[in-house]
Amino acid sequence: MTSSAKAENALELRDLSVAYRVAGRNRAVLRNLSLNIRQGEAYGLVGESGCGKSTVALTVVRYLPRNGSISGGVISLDGQDVMKLDAEALRRARAESVSMVYQDPGKALNPSIRIGRQLTEIFELGGITGQAATDRAIAMLNRVRISDPPSVMQRYPHQLSGGMQQRVAIAMALANDPSMLILDEPTTGLDATVEAEVLDLIAQLRQELSASILFISHNLAVVSNMCDRVGVLYAGMLVEEGPTEVVFNDPRHPYTVALLRCLPRGGQRKDQGRLDTIPGFLPGIGADIKGCAFADRCALADDRCRTELPPLYDLSDERGKRLSRCFHHDKAQALPRATPSDVATAPKPATAPVLRVAGLNKTYASHGHPLRAVKDVSLDLRPGETLGLVGESGSGKTTFARLLLGLVPPDDGGTIELEGKALAPKLENRGDDQVKAMQIVFQNPDSALNRSHSIRHILGRALKRLAGLSGKAQEARLDDLVRSVRLTDRHLAVKPRQLSGGLKQRVAIARAFAGDPRIVVCDEPTSALDVSVQAAILNLLADLQSKEDVSYIFISHDLGVVRYLSDKIAVLYLGRIMEIGPSEEVFSGPHHPYTEALLSAVPKLDQTETARIRLDGEIPSATNPPPGCVFNTRCPRKIGPICEQQEPPLAEAQPGHSIRCHIPYPELARLQKAAVTEPA
Amino acid sequence: MSAVPTTSPPQDDTRRRSPLAEVLFSLLRSRTFLVGLFIVLFWVACALFGEHFAPYDPLADDIINALAPPSAEHWFGTDQIGRDVFSRVIVGSRDILTVAPLATLLATVAGTALGLLTGYFRGIVDDVVSRILEAFMAIPVVIVALLAIVALGTSKATVIVVIGLSFAPIIARTVRSAVLAERELDYVAAAQLRHESALHTMFVEILPNVIPPILVETTVRLGYAIFAVATLSFMGFGIQPPSPDWGLSISSNYGMIGGGFWWTVLFDALAIASLVIGVNLVADGVHGALND
Repeated sequence: MTSSAKAENALELRDLSVAYRVAGRNRAVLRNLSLNIRQGEAYGLVGESGCGKSTVALTVVRYLPRNGSISGGVISLDGQDVMKLDAEALRRARAESVSMVYQDPGKALNPSIRIGRQLTEIFELGGITGQAATDRAIAMLNRVRISDPPSVMQRYPHQLSGGMQQRVAIAMALANDPSMLILDEPTTGLDATVEAEVLDLIAQLRQELSASILFISHNLAVVSNMCDRVGVLYAGMLVEEGPTEVVFNDPRHPYTVALLRCLPRGGQRKDQGRLDTIPGFLPGIGADIKGCAFADRCALADDRCRTELPPLYDLSDERGKRLSRCFHHDKAQALPRATPSDVATAPKPATAPVLRVAGLNKTYASHGHPLRAVKDVSLDLRPGETLGLVGESGSGKTTFARLLLGLVPPDDGGTIELEGKALAPKLENRGDDQVKAMQIVFQNPDSALNRSHSIRHILGRALKRLAGLSGKAQEARLDDLVRSVRLTDRHLAVKPRQLSGGLKQRVAIARAFAGDPRIVVCDEPTSALDVSVQAAILNLLADLQSKEDVSYIFISHDLGVVRYLSDKIAVLYLGRIMEIGPSEEVFSGPHHPYTEALLSAVPKLDQTETARIRLDGEIPSATNPPPGCVFNTRCPRKIGPICEQQEPPLAEAQPGHSIRCHIPYPELARLQKAAVTEPA
Repeated sequence: MSAVPTTSPPQDDTRRRSPLAEVLFSLLRSRTFLVGLFIVLFWVACALFGEHFAPYDPLADDIINALAPPSAEHWFGTDQIGRDVFSRVIVGSRDILTVAPLATLLATVAGTALGLLTGYFRGIVDDVVSRILEAFMAIPVVIVALLAIVALGTSKATVIVVIGLSFAPIIARTVRSAVLAERELDYVAAAQLRHESALHTMFVEILPNVIPPILVETTVRLGYAIFAVATLSFMGFGIQPPSPDWGLSISSNYGMIGGGFWWTVLFDALAIASLVIGVNLVADGVHGALND
């Protein structure tokens, strides 16, 4: 760069408008967006999907898709007007001063080129070649805390775990010491433990580097931990901006208020109240917006909001500069709830378990080696109860669910009993009644709903097969079913692709409930959804449960969500139950060191971070589990050789609460209490 | 709560075109497809109504005018017994345009069924059936045709069966790979969790989702089928005299090229080429529209 003196702002967007041309019409995606990122600052951009967050990132480097165009405004990077750069200067700016890290590191790295070559390539662009480039690449990998860089450089991307891949992607982004780093959902596809590591890394790098950061995420907690300032984007407009802590603790726009309320926080549980939701939908791209874009979904909106665009009110105070685009910013927090909080819960009578699993195993063959995906799992589940299954990916959660459903046959020896009757291992051999009693809501509704069939066909077929209904009776039940998941008749005629993600998931839930099931397995049912939609789906599941007395097996990597819905938690690691017990006890502790680490990894919105426990290394291969306690290779509380030699039993620590650890329960209690009080 | 409904109609969505309409829309904007369609429709029109606008009876001989070069009277000249080549080329599209599509249809139906079966059941069914299909694919069509004609005698039906069955394994392979991918999707597990029969899952759940690749493969195969019919006719195993079929005409006239009577062969050859190109352009267009 020619200018030696740095501009005050690393990035400045002024009145930026971007439109995508779809079906012959230009549709506005960003509307007069203005924001500044100061040198060395980390700026978070949050909002639901479809708000234009990623478009901002692409626009900064003028990298819009072919149908996108910048219809107005100024982008200046380090004082340089990006719009005025010619092709060569733009290429240089992209190579030297701005770097991006995308959501899926697997797609950002070239699968057929070794890591080393991909890294040195970047240095070669800058004129550094040969051994010098290799040395720089090694230094870069060291910087992102990858141990043994020379061996990593010899590997191909698929030989690295997701967290390692993302570190490599970050190393590549930092290679040219950029002044601006754009992170677009950098941890979204990663496990909580890995996410925590990557976020720690980014936080550490911030102190070493001078780069300013634009951090795009839908996860408010991540942004609150990572960023100095935050901007809330809605329908391509900035609706609120200010210091992160102030915005999240004292929001002044109803949209921010509503977003924050959708999250299950502070250990909220289904029997304490329903989550709030945001009614309606984000305006479609290019929608003609008169007045406030959020007015249609806002309970505070009045006639003025619907006709006149609110200006960005300057609400700066001693806590910093902040803006809110709301006429009613002073009473934003008084936004009435969209969903009443109150729930009627009757205490459940203790009844016989509806499901009883004993000694369940599943072994796959992997290149001639046995892979124990599920090992010796025993548990039971009462009617109306939710069992939360947590653990990193690869811990056997989904395999366990598939064993229960009979989609995958378990190894010989284990038993699954449904209402006292043993279930055949294979689905084909189970009775129709047994099959309809256990259903599933899959993670991805696009895959779970047949895209060739109408919603009416999908639900009608489920009613015919699972409830044995046809003709008039089916019609009547279909109406009830549709209403119970809060869909309407209008949704019946359409195909899945015409519905939004949340509506599709409602259809999937309706299908699972068609035959009055006793148990519904929910496999990450909200992980593909925005928080506002997630809240509505969680409420729906909780309502259906209290009405139908159905039991859930709820799989999720989001511990806040699991805690909200679960009565009981089982923590899985390498196919083994490490801890099982009542939800509150598992969460509040004392708990298994693995549970402790999982909980500590979750980014928290209220920044009440206590002890930080980070797991080193990766989850070991299930074909070759460590001897002794399988967790010993990563355990921060390992006590000695016994951990490596002898597998601890799943011992009952409290009535109903069992932990698989050599450390005695009182000792765990003492250790973990100490960790909370003494600052790390 | 009552003030704001939790679900509002899928706004915007209702205006979205259905998948079928979207495919048609992009087909109509594809120049490749339109040119191909024009050529194919031209020959289809010839096959249906050829005798009404052919200037002469394609079968009427006129020995005095035998082997006349192209002229104002006989645009494409006449053949060795004085039949008008132009009229024969126009009407000659009829047999090939009956036999080739029927053969392709047979191949598609048989191939789809086999592909669904092998892709859905996998395992031993897949291993056995796939090996048999591969063995079948290894035998040249001409040999199969020869054997079939010895066994069944020459007729259009024999040609349809021979080409249909030779092409079925190729379509089966395409369908199988599409089904293998489809079968991993959760809606198939959901069907199993309703205790649906295998037939229902294959034909009602999976089949509609693999139509696009089948459609593409079918149009591509149609091009090859036209070529195969012409080849078999040329070799005498296909369409039989006195049909003015192109392959057959070339076969009975190609000896004349040496004598300089090129027009007895050239126009039939061009007709075959144009039809194959037309079908392939359509196939390209369909492929593009379905993979956008």
